[in-house]
Amino acid sequence: MKKFIAAALCLVMILGLSACAGSSKTDTSAATAAASTAAPAASASASAAAASSAAGKTLIMATNAEFPPYEYYENDKIVGIDAEIAQAVCDKMGCTLEIDNMEFGSIVTAVSSGKADFGMAGMTVTDERKQSVDFSTSYATGVQVVIVKDGSEITSVDDLSADGAKYMVGVQQDTTGDIYATDDFGDERVQRFNKGADAVAALSAGKIDCVIIDNEPAKAFVAANTGLKILDTSYVTEDYAACFAKGSTLTAEFNTALEALIKDGTVQSIIDKYISAD
Amino acid sequence: MKLAEWFAKIKAEFILNFVEDNRWRYLVKGLGNTLQITIAAVLIGIVIGTLVAAVRSSWDQNQEGMRRGAGRTLLKIANGICRVYLTIIRGTPVVVQLMIIYYVIFASSNNGVGVAMLAFGINSGAYVAEVIRGGIMSIDRGQMEAGRSLGFGYVQTMRFVIVPQAFKNVLPALANEFIALLKETSVAGYVAVTDLTKGGDIIRGRTYSAFMPLIAVALIYLALVMLLEWLDRRLERRLRSSDH
Repeated sequence: MKKFIAAALCLVMILGLSACAGSSKTDTSAATAAASTAAPAASASASAAAASSAAGKTLIMATNAEFPPYEYYENDKIVGIDAEIAQAVCDKMGCTLEIDNMEFGSIVTAVSSGKADFGMAGMTVTDERKQSVDFSTSYATGVQVVIVKDGSEITSVDDLSADGAKYMVGVQQDTTGDIYATDDFGDERVQRFNKGADAVAALSAGKIDCVIIDNEPAKAFVAANTGLKILDTSYVTEDYAACFAKGSTLTAEFNTALEALIKDGTVQSIIDKYISAD
Repeated sequence: MKLAEWFAKIKAEFILNFVEDNRWRYLVKGLGNTLQITIAAVLIGIVIGTLVAAVRSSWDQNQEGMRRGAGRTLLKIANGICRVYLTIIRGTPVVVQLMIIYYVIFASSNNGVGVAMLAFGINSGAYVAEVIRGGIMSIDRGQMEAGRSLGFGYVQTMRFVIVPQAFKNVLPALANEFIALLKETSVAGYVAVTDLTKGGDIIRGRTYSAFMPLIAVALIYLALVMLLEWLDRRLERRLRSSDH
């Protein structure tokens, strides 16, 4: 009996080690592939038209599929503006798309470490993010807005920063809403949730007084819940772009395909499909 | 040359992650919340666990010999409630329990730390109850018989003979449970509580470097656990001094 258990444990350990070996093998093959594509791409910089070095490959897109209408789950599939634009770009580049859902804060890490080829998640271009990743051409814009309950005494952003105001602000962690709210109101007034939907649930339950989030998801959340409304804010209009690892060769090809799609109106038609013009 | 570069890089990362904007304050705040939640949950867990273990073990030990009557029925009902509690709490993940308590049961409360204390305390109570019951059941039946034959009642035997011995048996398992509880509280971030892990996440979200915040958080948890282990060793050693 003891020998049997010892043998079984040995087997488990060996299987565990082989799993580690397997993943490290794919890492090294990805590294060699990246090295080999870096050489030709460096010499033939902008001409991605005919021989796209990404052609035939599977590109992994990192996203946080809790951000309607840019990316969200519908019947087991991730759909939305970002998902469709990414699919269109990949079709143009001749590669297959695979979407990985993760927490928003992990997207930049995944892209920088090579776990994902690019990240597209309604992500705003900021100088701080530019230090860690490269951004593509911007394909959409957004602006931060405030969601409050009907009948709330908050009527504008200025109410939140007024003297002696003690309002609790909910945000999705690591988004620009989080950054602006923390800068404007301080850590004590901000509650960071993993998902926008959790923040809105807390708002509906009365745990917090308002939620600061991008305007399009805000519209989706308000439509899905009763008793909420959106206030206009004077926050800056932001550019959304896809992010790539610093120095990635994919950025240039992606941009070429993306710009072609913007030019022929595909991107706008995808956006219009999800966002009806106000 | 390379070593100096590497060292300068580490130093720059350290400054970016902890010194700039006083980001180390997120870790301090997180640590404070984690300790508060853990200590409160430990206390709640011990109280609930002891009560449940007392009911469960006295039912298991006495049910055959008890006279039919009000006392027995009461104990039977209490035992049933305890078994349901144990099954449900041990049968669902602590994250799910925490979110149910925060979003459904205490829907209107915005006191994340308080709700987390309660949720983790209830969760820990189930595991502590089983640990204590195991400790009590592990004492030789001869001890109970000896106590009864001296004229003690059931409760008195438990109090003077069984529980002091059982305490020494349960200590390693209890210390284990509380070490596990300290790290379980790392999911409190799901209800927007800034605990130690979430503090590290916030820094990671601002600086986009994964290495420093994660290692710092891991080291702080490690230091806390080593402190708990040391305390446990001291306590066990003192209790063992009577075992000659």
